[in-house]
Amino acid sequence: MLEITVIIIHEVGLHARPASLFVQTAAKYSSDIEVTHGEITTNAKSILGVLTLGAHKGAEINIKAEGEDAEEALKALEQLVLNNFGEDE
Amino acid sequence: MKSISGIPASYGIAIGSAFVFDRAEIVIETYSIKDPAAEWKRFEEAREKTHHQLDEAYQKTKDDCGEEAAEIFNAQKLMLEDPELINTVKNQVEKDLTNIESALYKTAESYAQQLEAINDEYLSARALDIRDVSSRCLRNLLGTTDSPAAALKIPSIIVARDLTPSDTVLLDKDFVLGFCTAEGGSTSHTAILARGLGLPAVVGVGTAIEDIQNGEELVLDGDAGVIVINPDQGALEEFSSRQEKFYKLQAEAEAITHQPAVTTDGHQVEIVANIGNVEGVQTALDAGAEGVGLLRSEFLYLERSSLPSEEEQYQNYKTIADAFGDKPVILRSLDVGGDKDIPYIDMPAETNPFLGVRAIRLCLSRPELFKPQLRAALRAGYGNNLKLMFPMVATVDDVLKTREVLEECRGELKNEGFDVADEMDIGIMIEIPSAAIMADQLSEVVDFFSIGTNDLSQYTLAADRTNAQVAQIASGFQPAVFRLIKGVIDAAHSNGKWVGLCGEMAGELLAIPILLGLGLDEFSMNPPAIPFAKQLIRSISFKHAQQVAQTALDLRSDTEIREYIQKVIPEVNIG
Repeated sequence: MLEITVIIIHEVGLHARPASLFVQTAAKYSSDIEVTHGEITTNAKSILGVLTLGAHKGAEINIKAEGEDAEEALKALEQLVLNNFGEDE
Repeated sequence: MKSISGIPASYGIAIGSAFVFDRAEIVIETYSIKDPAAEWKRFEEAREKTHHQLDEAYQKTKDDCGEEAAEIFNAQKLMLEDPELINTVKNQVEKDLTNIESALYKTAESYAQQLEAINDEYLSARALDIRDVSSRCLRNLLGTTDSPAAALKIPSIIVARDLTPSDTVLLDKDFVLGFCTAEGGSTSHTAILARGLGLPAVVGVGTAIEDIQNGEELVLDGDAGVIVINPDQGALEEFSSRQEKFYKLQAEAEAITHQPAVTTDGHQVEIVANIGNVEGVQTALDAGAEGVGLLRSEFLYLERSSLPSEEEQYQNYKTIADAFGDKPVILRSLDVGGDKDIPYIDMPAETNPFLGVRAIRLCLSRPELFKPQLRAALRAGYGNNLKLMFPMVATVDDVLKTREVLEECRGELKNEGFDVADEMDIGIMIEIPSAAIMADQLSEVVDFFSIGTNDLSQYTLAADRTNAQVAQIASGFQPAVFRLIKGVIDAAHSNGKWVGLCGEMAGELLAIPILLGLGLDEFSMNPPAIPFAKQLIRSISFKHAQQVAQTALDLRSDTEIREYIQKVIPEVNIG
């Protein structure tokens, strides 16, 4: 199993459009992907789960992936967060 | 005639009949099934149909009200395809042999309740979304398609407990005059939609909404957050003329809002905005703000579980200060304690929190809290016009101690090789009577003052503004408060320093002539008030304002002052 930790820098947090993009990106991979914020862990492909994480701007999230394309999946999710969900600011 | 009130969510006045949006409840029965595969097939068909409907709703809403309001339907699609939701539903159908309607309803409801339990306005709105999309799918399963929206045939004010995106997409916008809902806040779907359409809205009215019957005549005041049911002839005429006058004045005020605030005899003052986050920047610029007179830094500390880092603060302050270029942006250091609490900052309970360890007192006693903010501000102020201001200063010593910590931070940053602002102006808020009285001494150790009238009034009158029984006494229009303000302005001017005001009074048209006459240099207010303030200042003379202020100081009560201003400066009466 592989894992990474990233910080949400997007203004609205892992909500709204960023949450949708995050879930849609995770759904492209066959690996099982879990995301943890604080004490809550959820399926990274579940929008309802990701919203209930309540990850605001500045939140540290941990992403774990297991499966054939785990490495690619983590790389894609990391890029998405680091590129601030494709927004300049 | 009766009036009820709620949260003003979108400006303007609407007059028309009520269209009570009564969504028929869907009745969900629970029973055992024999063929789970057939049941699952029904669900897949209903989901597919729901998808098509959501795509259509997206397109229609995008055309009518823009992309922001439409985006919600894409989020709803993702919710309906949520693998966790589908798994839970599938288990109930296949293992418990529960009918699909009951399984879907219970699962969606459980997610909605989890989202509501987080107690966040944004997530509560998502609870509404999951309920909305599951009801749509349930209606498809049950074959019921009626929407009350189809009955809207004449221009009306929409009245509802809450409006879901699916409800609003079906409303014929040509027949909507305004919105009134029992639930929701200023960022609810209804509020966003109303602002997108430029229609007035009052939300969060509560159970009082049940007083409104379908077809009743209503007046909806989106500025004050008031709804008048069955207005009498007098009220109707009053609101019609206010509506007409308001639109005319608004158009005139907005037309001049990017021009400077200069009196008819050439005296210019600065009109700036109070903002609370990065999103406020554009609103302030659009409203004609000449800078920011109060940037509340609390936004970075709220709704989270740990302190924001220096880096995060730096990024935010810099983004805002850079957006205004060489126009001033005044950052106020963390102002918590009193009635403002932050759970992860350990603040012991106090008998008198308003007289306790709040604002600068808290910061000075907690360097681990204060220093990252000062460092972030010094770094962010490089290459723009960021200024720093400290709240709740009571003594000259408070300023000297604060300056010491600030210089320590500046030294550290330089050693670490950071670019820092060398010439950053430092100001204080004048909100404690001792600071107002000592303004002559204080103006020697700071670059500017900003008067906080909300606190200054409550401390001067010894009346808690959060206690409804005495809040009236804590009025900024008390002659005692104006006399203190005059003393502060005179003391600062004789030391060559300028004075601003960032309390609610700065944007109150009744107060502006007096403050102007007393010599106030900068007025900082919420952006929507800016066009009206500029227009008022441009319509009166400084000389007249000076005479009016002098007379007002000699009156005996806040009521006498208000009545006097209304009489001698008729331009203050816009509503």
